[in-house]
Amino acid sequence: MIHIRRDVCGYCGACVSVCPRGALELIDAYLTVDETLCKDKCKICQMVCPLGAIVWEEK
Amino acid sequence: MKEAYDCLVIGGGPGGALAAKTAAEKGLSVLLIEKRPAIGAPVRCAEGIGKEALAEFIEPDPKWVAADLDKAILIGPDGTKFTIGGDHAGGKVGYVLDRKVFDRELVWQAAEAGAEVQVHARASAPIMIDGKVSGAIIHQHGQTYEVRAKVVIAADGVESKFAKWAGINTTVPLAELETCAQYILNDIDIDERANLFYFSFDAAPWGYIWVFPKGHRCANVGIGIAGTKSGDGHRAKDYLDRFIAREFPNGKITELIVGGVSACKPLESTVADNLIVVGDAARLSDPITGGGIYNAMYTGRLAGEVAADAIKNGDTSRKALMIYDKTWREGSLGHALARNYAVKEAFIKMDDNKLNSIIHSMSDLSLDDISVKALVKEIFKANPWLALELPRLLRAL
Repeated sequence: MIHIRRDVCGYCGACVSVCPRGALELIDAYLTVDETLCKDKCKICQMVCPLGAIVWEEK
Repeated sequence: MKEAYDCLVIGGGPGGALAAKTAAEKGLSVLLIEKRPAIGAPVRCAEGIGKEALAEFIEPDPKWVAADLDKAILIGPDGTKFTIGGDHAGGKVGYVLDRKVFDRELVWQAAEAGAEVQVHARASAPIMIDGKVSGAIIHQHGQTYEVRAKVVIAADGVESKFAKWAGINTTVPLAELETCAQYILNDIDIDERANLFYFSFDAAPWGYIWVFPKGHRCANVGIGIAGTKSGDGHRAKDYLDRFIAREFPNGKITELIVGGVSACKPLESTVADNLIVVGDAARLSDPITGGGIYNAMYTGRLAGEVAADAIKNGDTSRKALMIYDKTWREGSLGHALARNYAVKEAFIKMDDNKLNSIIHSMSDLSLDDISVKALVKEIFKANPWLALELPRLLRAL
């Protein structure tokens, strides 16, 4: 599952724009992930982040 | 906040501001919501805009013009430079804005025109009736509101969700999302009248590095790279830190800005029943420069006009709003976007040897016209071999 490193995230929304499932949303300065929508393990958001704030953790 | 408006505008950037201002001037009741607590902040922008483009909308004001430019300098992988503009361009090149002040000014103009503005107010879902957008669920200060609108204008930027919720596919392909990092760098030696663009596959894969002056010894120094080129140890910020260590080791960082810029084709349709999508949300940022301020203001204003006409005629169906899509797509904006997309596709993947060879071929030339079209024409003239490699692009110019 996606883990968002809050101390690294710059809340820019780059990941939101590329998520094919629409699982990510930027609520003001708080990035959220809807785990019921995120299920392809595509990890696109992890790649695109300019800061490295998104990490994938096997559950 | 009322229960119903003629027009609901989602997002308080330049696109939303122009949409709200125009719709209010046309006599509509308008609500503009911005999810952040402040208009204009945090900035997600390198802040450059052409002078002539800006003049279509607003008189320049020293309050929000950070730098007045007379040239752009393109720099190849080996450091060879090619200057556009300079003395010949008559000071027409462009400005670097202070978006925090600029955006506030635009939203203030919308409010002055009669639009209601609510900040820290977020749309969490569209209200759908018979499959048609009919308003939005809005959260503000712990309260939830159901707000009806005859037309919703989605101006919610690169992280746009509203159009997606309403059924439009807005996903940007990973390779066509430029992932960006930028510092405001102080105490650096720069030409305060020149925008610099560094092109190098190795230093900025499928993107570029920019230095946009913001006044005395200060500049936006940033980078965009393709999403597919980004990963651990080679993210936008990693590349930028390497560039700054080399070029401005003594610069003082006073701000870090990150963001995404789409370099894809525009949405296949920028309208739906009772819905218009504008600016970055419609994927209308320029695929070559990444610039999106003008495109957002232009489509925002157009959306306001079309919404007003449609409401007056009592028909806000997709068919009735289609004139918005057709007008920008078949006009100069749509043509420029299509051409610049083709230019991007042709040049973005070139290796540093080819990029060096192109910049070398141009370095003795001077070019007054700062448009992408003029630049690419000159590149073709100076590099006849390109016509063989990119015949379709040459024909498209």
